[in-house]
Amino acid sequence: MEITVTINGKSHTADVEPRTLLVQFIREQVGLTGTNIGCDTSSCGACSVHVDGEAAKSCTLLAVQADGCSITTIEGMAAADGTLHPMQQAFMENHGLQCGYCTPGMVMAATSLLAENPNPTEEEVRIGLEGNLCRCTGYHNIVQSVLACAKS
Amino acid sequence: MIPAAFDYVRASSAAEAIQLIGQYGDEAKFLAGGHSLVPAMKLRLAQPTVLVDIGRVSDLSYIRDGGDHIAIGALTRHMDVEKSPVLAEHVPLLAHAAGHVGDPQVRHRGTIGGSLAHADPASDLPATTLALGATYVAEGPNGTREIAAADFYQGYFTSALAPDEMLTEIRVPKMGGAGWSFQKFNRRAQDWAIVGVAAWQRGSECGVGLVNMASTPVLASSVATAVAGGASAADAAEAAAADADPQGDLNASVEYRVHLAKVLTRRALEAAAS
Ligand SMILES: Cc1cc2nc3c(=O)[nH]c(=O)nc-3n(C[C@H](O)[C@H](O)[C@H](O)COP(=O)(O)OP(=O)(O)OC[C@H]3O[C@@H](n4cnc5c(N)ncnc54)[C@H](O)[C@@H]3O)c2cc1C
Ligand code: FES
Ligand code: FES
Repeated sequence: MEITVTINGKSHTADVEPRTLLVQFIREQVGLTGTNIGCDTSSCGACSVHVDGEAAKSCTLLAVQADGCSITTIEGMAAADGTLHPMQQAFMENHGLQCGYCTPGMVMAATSLLAENPNPTEEEVRIGLEGNLCRCTGYHNIVQSVLACAKS
Repeated sequence: MIPAAFDYVRASSAAEAIQLIGQYGDEAKFLAGGHSLVPAMKLRLAQPTVLVDIGRVSDLSYIRDGGDHIAIGALTRHMDVEKSPVLAEHVPLLAHAAGHVGDPQVRHRGTIGGSLAHADPASDLPATTLALGATYVAEGPNGTREIAAADFYQGYFTSALAPDEMLTEIRVPKMGGAGWSFQKFNRRAQDWAIVGVAAWQRGSECGVGLVNMASTPVLASSVATAVAGGASAADAAEAAAADADPQGDLNASVEYRVHLAKVLTRRALEAAAS
């Protein structure tokens, strides 16, 4: 089936099998490998992207479900001149990543959270990120990064 | 993991979806948010040969004041139920419970209709709407019918819906200022409840729904009878498992589930009464 998806502002039209997962489409057909697959069972959130501005787990969506939607992946967060998105900058300054595997998903979930709740409490950040697991268990600094970004 | 191959068709209205599901027969399934169905297909626990995507039937995404009840379109997402000012005012228990479904990513995609039609006894909204005395509206080739939540659940993942019937609306009676509480016990964030309790209380009248305490969501009528008879929260909660038939699994034995149901019911009644 032919689908057209806008990814990071660029329109992509492609023929996909209906069973193609959105994450596969993004990684393998479009070639944007910043979106990671952690668990492949809807639990870890490493595959989080924005679908029409809201975080979703791209391993749990079919590419055909995203037809006509606007997707943002981690590659679309920094400005064209390379200036990091404030959330990426906050992760860098607050040591919000260790191995970095969960980070793309964390950044996408955290920006979606702040869009819905610009001034969250620490507890709201923790609950808001409950769909994202960090195998390095660096949660403390991830939460600090999100709070720092909200303040800036 | 990638699902087995299937054909995909998209419906733009309930009528078209029902016509398509009828045309493709038993092996076809509706796809709403896909947040129960797609994981099951990836694990080959479900292998429909045709998906009828109803995710774009946008006129079934609404929350409306219906006078004595609130009407919710079946395609309304968990996040929209959670954030609805209308539900916050008239059915706060449901809005709150919807906020406990999975995580934000799941709530951005999953729908109330999908959650109820899936009929998983471990899900939060079946037991919550059951406690609230909701009515579900189903549309099929022969028209529309209303099904009481109490008649809807028939066993694990089995509902009163015929294969060619689609859930279109959920009607939830207004709570009229009743006290309420939602207690969800789980071990990991974002997980389904090991046991959950949804309760409301107005004077000596109450409704208590149990999550994951049988092959269907359970209406704890014995608790309501005890409360109506003047029992304290602690005494009434002793009857929490009387209407249940819990199974043991790797998270909890039968005895532990019964214990949790009593403790959570007591806490829910105490919170609902205060
Ligand atoms: C990581 C994760 C965590 C979760 N945690 C929880 C949790 O804690 N509590 C909880 O309650 N749920 C949880 N869920 C499930 C979630 O709530 C699902 O969104 C919901 O159960 C199904 O809704 P859906 O719209 O995604 O339905 P789908 O997956 O699209 O459909 C589910 C089933 O219902 C049928 N169906 C869908 N809509 C209709 C309709 N209108 N009429 C007739 N049949 C229909 C489909 O054919 C399918 O068989 C979780 C899911 C995930 C992925
Ligand atoms: S890879 Fe999608 S949630 Fe883990
Ligand atoms: S930084 Fe390693 S998984 Fe989170």
